[in-house]
Amino acid sequence: MNVRSQVSMMFHLDKCIGCHTCSIACKNIWTDRKGAEYQWWNNVETKPGTGYPTKWEDQEIYKGGWEKKGRRIDLKGAGKRKGLVNIFHNPNLPVIDDYYEPFTYKYLDLVESPARSDQPTARPISLITGKPIDIKMGPNWDDDLSGTPDFARKDPNLKALSPAEQEAMFQLERMAFFYLPRICNHCLNPACVASCPSGAIYKRGEDGVVLINQEVCRAWRMCVTACPYKKSYYNWHTGKSEKCILCYPRIESGMAPACMHSCVGRIRYLGVVLYDADRIEYAASVDEEDLIQAQLDMILDPNDPKVIKAAKENGIADSTIRAAQDSPTYKFVKEWGLALPLHAEFRTLPMLFYVPPLLPVMASLSEKDQSGQSEKLDPISKFWDDGWLYDTSTEELWGSIDKARFPLEYMASMFGAGDTEIVKDKLKKLMAVRIHRRRVTVGDIDDKKADQVLADVGLTAKMAEDIYYLTSLAKFDDRFVIPAAHREQAIEMLEFTGDERGSSGFGFKEKPARGL
Amino acid sequence: MEGLLNALNNFLLIGLPYIAIVVFLVGSIHRYRVTKFKFSSLSSQFLEGKKLFWGSVPFHWGMLVLFFGHLSAFLIPRSVLLWNSHPVRLIVIEVSAFIFAIAVLIGLINLFVRRTSNDRIRVVTNKMDIIIEVILILQVITGIWIAYNFRWGSSWFASVLTPYLWSIFKLQPDIAAVSALPWVIRLHIAGAYVIVLLIPFSRLVHFLVPPINYFWRPYQLVYWNWGRKQVRNPGIPWSIKRPKNN
Repeated sequence: MNVRSQVSMMFHLDKCIGCHTCSIACKNIWTDRKGAEYQWWNNVETKPGTGYPTKWEDQEIYKGGWEKKGRRIDLKGAGKRKGLVNIFHNPNLPVIDDYYEPFTYKYLDLVESPARSDQPTARPISLITGKPIDIKMGPNWDDDLSGTPDFARKDPNLKALSPAEQEAMFQLERMAFFYLPRICNHCLNPACVASCPSGAIYKRGEDGVVLINQEVCRAWRMCVTACPYKKSYYNWHTGKSEKCILCYPRIESGMAPACMHSCVGRIRYLGVVLYDADRIEYAASVDEEDLIQAQLDMILDPNDPKVIKAAKENGIADSTIRAAQDSPTYKFVKEWGLALPLHAEFRTLPMLFYVPPLLPVMASLSEKDQSGQSEKLDPISKFWDDGWLYDTSTEELWGSIDKARFPLEYMASMFGAGDTEIVKDKLKKLMAVRIHRRRVTVGDIDDKKADQVLADVGLTAKMAEDIYYLTSLAKFDDRFVIPAAHREQAIEMLEFTGDERGSSGFGFKEKPARGL
Repeated sequence: MEGLLNALNNFLLIGLPYIAIVVFLVGSIHRYRVTKFKFSSLSSQFLEGKKLFWGSVPFHWGMLVLFFGHLSAFLIPRSVLLWNSHPVRLIVIEVSAFIFAIAVLIGLINLFVRRTSNDRIRVVTNKMDIIIEVILILQVITGIWIAYNFRWGSSWFASVLTPYLWSIFKLQPDIAAVSALPWVIRLHIAGAYVIVLLIPFSRLVHFLVPPINYFWRPYQLVYWNWGRKQVRNPGIPWSIKRPKNN
């Protein structure tokens, strides 16, 4: 047993309101620079949608991640052979138009415009060339299903559905969506690290954060291709790849990363998990249907004396072990079995877990004669003119999941590596917690029925209460259990104190300009 | 007139190579140590990918072949001459080198057109990029000119140029034979020195840092800040010097 620790994330998708506060917090701190304008280390996507960069989930286009070849796995679009053969021109590299051309507006034209009979306008200009452009894309152009024929209908996950099911999803009355906030997954089997010819990308042993050494990066750009989540970005100005650093300077001092700290919906949880590094290769190369289970099996019980002993032998600090025992991520992922990795079939063993959203699934939609309703309403203010009933009743306990207006196959394509059962299991647990809480607060569900529901999904009333607490009431320190780095060992880990003292600490010490 | 030509020959064939080698060595090492961040080529594929293919790929692969061709004539002249002793083999090596030279020229012209015509690429272009590209184009054109008009280069390179180049490295420059060569050949030689000279000042530094290590390193890299088997061991005294990562 080779125990390592990983700062691991959990996002509760039912709570995400799609406000993009996380994206802005990240942008203001890290990517508000030339060459990084288009980069959103944290972004929020509407699902169904094509996402950012467009159709990133379709690895037939981008060739990201690992693929299974016989009993072993190999990088799909990079690696020692493919990467070096294609080093002079990477055929699978997305270009900036796959993201969007960053733009601003000529605001000064509004101020300096001479008096005229028509209003002055601020024309959009490209942040690359400085010339006027027609804006064709933005980082969240498909927010809330806008432009659906161009975006949501082209979602790669829809391949899991039949044409009839797809059609049904986009009927106006049935349309549903949810938000998917994404940051770097800080994977256990990172494809970006494996693809880097220079060896500039590495995983930190202490907390598992994946970083790119900017001094070693030589702009081969293989990581951009290899990351199936497209979370490694090429800075066209400095000629270096950049990625989410999980705000490691904040983590080292025990603070939550900016995106998580600023989260309005409080959907984000961060905690340590201990895992067995000897099982990485096995877990990444099992058959597709076993991938999620193999990944979850790697995560070790932090209260097991054997695990604690092995962790100490591997130099893991007591504070880290204690944090692992209090970890909200561990609770959601292992203890309660509520969270799943995103696109486990990419085989990178992502360490960002998602509680799949129940809300778009839960309600069923049925046709019902509503004529009686209209008479009850004020005829001037409202008129009930459709025949649909949006039914969120909990009468039929599991019925609404099976008849969900949001097809489970779609959810399974994202969170279950194609397996609907594993997603259904999570959704049932979420539903059971709701039924249990309805019994407690409203009291219109009898104890026998509620207990039966909990027993069906393998929860107890105590566990349901804990889930409810950590989901709805959790305070800052419950959501973020982060062991600070040991300052006696390092000030800014992997940096030398002497170098860092007296400088601003971040950014460039020299201009990234080249040549004469 | 005679004296002036002699002085020019001495400068281009003796002075320039020493200047170039010293500047190349000192400049590259200094730049690697001080401005390591910039020690690479600034890839522009992210801004424009399709046209780059028809420039970068023929240029780089052609250039690799030509570079190692010149290098082998320099390092193993006898083997080259032995290979060339059979006319068919001579023609094979000359024709294939010529084809790769044409590929380099086509690639360079495509790259030049792309770099000067595309708005986005112009933003990431500096003066040195243009200078290097023009010099490389001129160098390839003189090379093709020589290969076509003064056959068979692979043989006379090994017998005439190799002794001259070795004399430079042995610090006993002997340019008697070389200074009698046609002016276009001397121009090609001087052009090579200029390119070597410009390496530390341009994007050409990237050829000094090819990712060869990638062949034998493991795919995954995990770095500990401190030797993890030692960090919790009270028996090991604390030291300023960090142990090697495990």
